[in-house]
Amino acid sequence: MTSARARSTVSTRYTAVAIALHWIIAAVIASTFALGLYMHDLPASPLKLRLYSYHKWIGVTIFLLVVFRLLWRLTHRAPASPPHMPRWQRIAAAGSHLLLYVLTLIIPLSGWLFSSASGFKVMYLGKIPLPDLVGKDRVLAEQLQLTHELLNYFLAAVVLLHVAAALKHHWVDRDDVLKRMLPAPRTRSQSR
Amino acid sequence: MMRGLALVAVLFAAAGAAHAQAIDYAKSQVTFTGKQMGVTTDGRFKKYNAKIAFDPKKPEAAKIDVEIDLASIDTGANESDVEVKKPSWLNIAAFPTAKFVATSVKQVAPGRYEASGKLSIKGVGQDVRIPFTAQAAGGLTTFEGGFTLLRLQFKIGDGVWADTETVANEVQIRFRLIANART
Repeated sequence: MTSARARSTVSTRYTAVAIALHWIIAAVIASTFALGLYMHDLPASPLKLRLYSYHKWIGVTIFLLVVFRLLWRLTHRAPASPPHMPRWQRIAAAGSHLLLYVLTLIIPLSGWLFSSASGFKVMYLGKIPLPDLVGKDRVLAEQLQLTHELLNYFLAAVVLLHVAAALKHHWVDRDDVLKRMLPAPRTRSQSR
Repeated sequence: MMRGLALVAVLFAAAGAAHAQAIDYAKSQVTFTGKQMGVTTDGRFKKYNAKIAFDPKKPEAAKIDVEIDLASIDTGANESDVEVKKPSWLNIAAFPTAKFVATSVKQVAPGRYEASGKLSIKGVGQDVRIPFTAQAAGGLTTFEGGFTLLRLQFKIGDGVWADTETVANEVQIRFRLIANART
């Protein structure tokens, strides 16, 4: 028992970098999602053009952060699921995590494609031009806009599921699945 | 009598038309390039009427009269197509066309010319100079040129849109007109 407990203090927490990336990316995605909904309904104005640009820059940033996060994940093992979890839940958890990674990568790409098809080159931070992925095409642009929108609603649904599962672990199962992704308390042994 | 008058009118019209070279609109284009948030965006005008009578041996005798149907603007995006026709931009309900009439044309180098004249957009007339080239080949003359239009000089995009940080003041206008070579 003591050895298992000792092991759990080492392996049941995510690394500080993984935790920071998780919460930073979550916050940025949530705000960009809200920005996307807001700016889309604005009447044409310089503000709208600015917000669209910022939205694109943030999208590129999310993509870069997710790539870095994936590289981190591949080189740092995630803590194992608690032993009480049934097999279907492990599969569901792994599946939804994979889906979150995939969506957070392809949603910025769909926005980039949409921007290219609309004839607006993405100029990252107003300085770095990204290549146009497709030529200007009004019909394709409309399809890509819808794709970008639907993928975002899909992501929102998966995030809700993810949050619900984390809260269920915390309040119903009373395990450390949520806590191990929360910023570490001061204790040295838990921050890794 | 009526027939005679009609015939005279037709003859006069034909005489006038003989000066202007027929433009092949399918192969010609009038485009513009603007800048939004540092990003260049292209568009074009689908309908315009160019009356050009140009003889490379006598460029100073040239007549150039171009009228652009602003409702034919194609910005590439539906929302922009709607927006740009509104009063703060081109106000096409009140000013449906843009017009350039050359008052003088001169040769600046072999094959290179410059047309001076008045450009009228949105009720504002400005003197502009438009450099262009004229190349004759196979019975056709290709006129190519362009100039930079400062949109705020014509109140294009006034009010909140006067902010040139979001939409640059400079708009590059380019044209490529294919005309029958003057006989």
